[in-house]
Amino acid sequence: MSGRFVRLAEAGRATITLFVDGVPMRSLAGDTLMTAILTARASLRRSEFGGERRAGFCLMGACQDCWIWTEDGNRLRACSTPAVDGARLCTQQPATAWPTLS
Amino acid sequence: MADPVVAVVGAGPAGVRAAAALVAAGVRPVVIDEAMRAGGQIYRRQPEGFLRSYTDLYGSEAERARAVHDCFDALRDRLDYRPQTLAWTISDRRIFTSGPAGQHVLPFDALILCTGATDRIMPVRGWHWAGCYSLGGAQIALKAQACAIGRRTVFMGAGPLLYLVAAQYAKAGAHVAAVLDTSPVSASLAALPRLLAQPATLRVGMGLLRDLRRAGVPVHRGVTPMEIHGEPDHGVSGVSVRTSHGAILAIDCDAVAMGHHLRPETQLAELAGCAFAFDRMIGQWLPVRDADGRSSQPGVYLAGDGARILGAVAAEAAGELAALTTLDDRGHRVCETARQDAKRTIARARRFAEGLARAFPWPREQISRLDNATILCRCEAITVGDLRRSIAETETDEANRAKAFSRVGMGRCQGRYCGLAAAELISAAVGTPVEAVGRLRAAAPVKPIVIASGGRCER
Repeated sequence: MSGRFVRLAEAGRATITLFVDGVPMRSLAGDTLMTAILTARASLRRSEFGGERRAGFCLMGACQDCWIWTEDGNRLRACSTPAVDGARLCTQQPATAWPTLS
Repeated sequence: MADPVVAVVGAGPAGVRAAAALVAAGVRPVVIDEAMRAGGQIYRRQPEGFLRSYTDLYGSEAERARAVHDCFDALRDRLDYRPQTLAWTISDRRIFTSGPAGQHVLPFDALILCTGATDRIMPVRGWHWAGCYSLGGAQIALKAQACAIGRRTVFMGAGPLLYLVAAQYAKAGAHVAAVLDTSPVSASLAALPRLLAQPATLRVGMGLLRDLRRAGVPVHRGVTPMEIHGEPDHGVSGVSVRTSHGAILAIDCDAVAMGHHLRPETQLAELAGCAFAFDRMIGQWLPVRDADGRSSQPGVYLAGDGARILGAVAAEAAGELAALTTLDDRGHRVCETARQDAKRTIARARRFAEGLARAFPWPREQISRLDNATILCRCEAITVGDLRRSIAETETDEANRAKAFSRVGMGRCQGRYCGLAAAELISAAVGTPVEAVGRLRAAAPVKPIVIASGGRCER
């Protein structure tokens, strides 16, 4: 299975390119990050608790199941963040350098 | 002296009409909205550049949606609109927000909470598989992104959204594999007298059923959900239910949209100090509100589905009413006829909502049927068995204690999607009424925010 979401209309929009885990991914201007990724892939991320793949649940910013990250470590809700041409995203939290407390 | 600050949280039908009534009285409200554009969830707007018509998007409610959008657009210069902004707590008559411009603290003189609703969920074994969405989520995929959540979608649960979203999917050309309604036909018939309180809405509902049948969608009433089948890497592969005749029905699908009507988002009302009461008809705790829209806290008003699920038409009326009451309490002269009209609309919607609660009952008895392996908390993969064990071991009979011991309700959704089911599970396990179990306390921030130092106070 490739994508999970199926586009039913509004397919004439301009094409943009995202980089998800370093891989280029074409999507459409006006997509959320969730739409951009789930029209190409079957899931967004892996549950830290159960280990299974997840693909969001509520789409209204309430359930927090659709977290992804920018390459520089900012957490995003994929359901409510617009896709921007050239954005570089990770589906796992990038290694974080914690400040040294000394 | 600075002008008094009147804040409205939420820009759905209630928030928009509240803001409009304030502006009409010469007040310049601050409108705080999590969305990028006003409209709320039910009248959520598609992004700029999308071309579908209002009729395509909102069907029978197209003119209402357009009116709400046009109303707000016409106000834009006369209010302080703060989109993409989360009000994450209320404390000491100040609203703490997080948005594109960072953290802010807004002291207020009056506050109208129009915080809307999220889906009410009864867990089903397998609801954590990728491809399972709330009914509201499935609708947003279509409305705001012109997408279906899958190639073959099953709609399962009960309530108006079940039929509305399934019919919208079918109309938009998505494949609807089945509509599986947990409520029996007999419940709808018993609810009919109350549903006649809003005959136009009832007609719309009947029309949806007709549309689904014409589209060849199988509709089953009175089902008992058994399992959403799937596996960890590929997600949903099917659904099985027991039909009202006792047969096992298995349906292949790659997506499930589920839910049992809605629950109000009451966290901010609670953090603002509003009193709550348990409503037996719908089995939920609601902020106490008088007939004019006042909460128990002076200067804090409540409107829309965030206070009680009455639907979009009543939300518009309640928003206007709360604003008129705010103005009245602050010494403005207000139009009494408009207030009475709004109250009549709300009263009709209340009767209709009683009908919906009878027609599409919350299936609390399902909680006892869930096997121990069923995920209860999706956030942290805590099972029904984990909570049952925790209740037994710690002799817990209260929601917040159970949360502390089991972590159910402590995850990142903060109990929005598991809290009501967890309360039913505790109630069933210890044999007390669900209201005796209490409710999960709201905690700030009401949604995860980026921790930043400080926060600018506006006065």
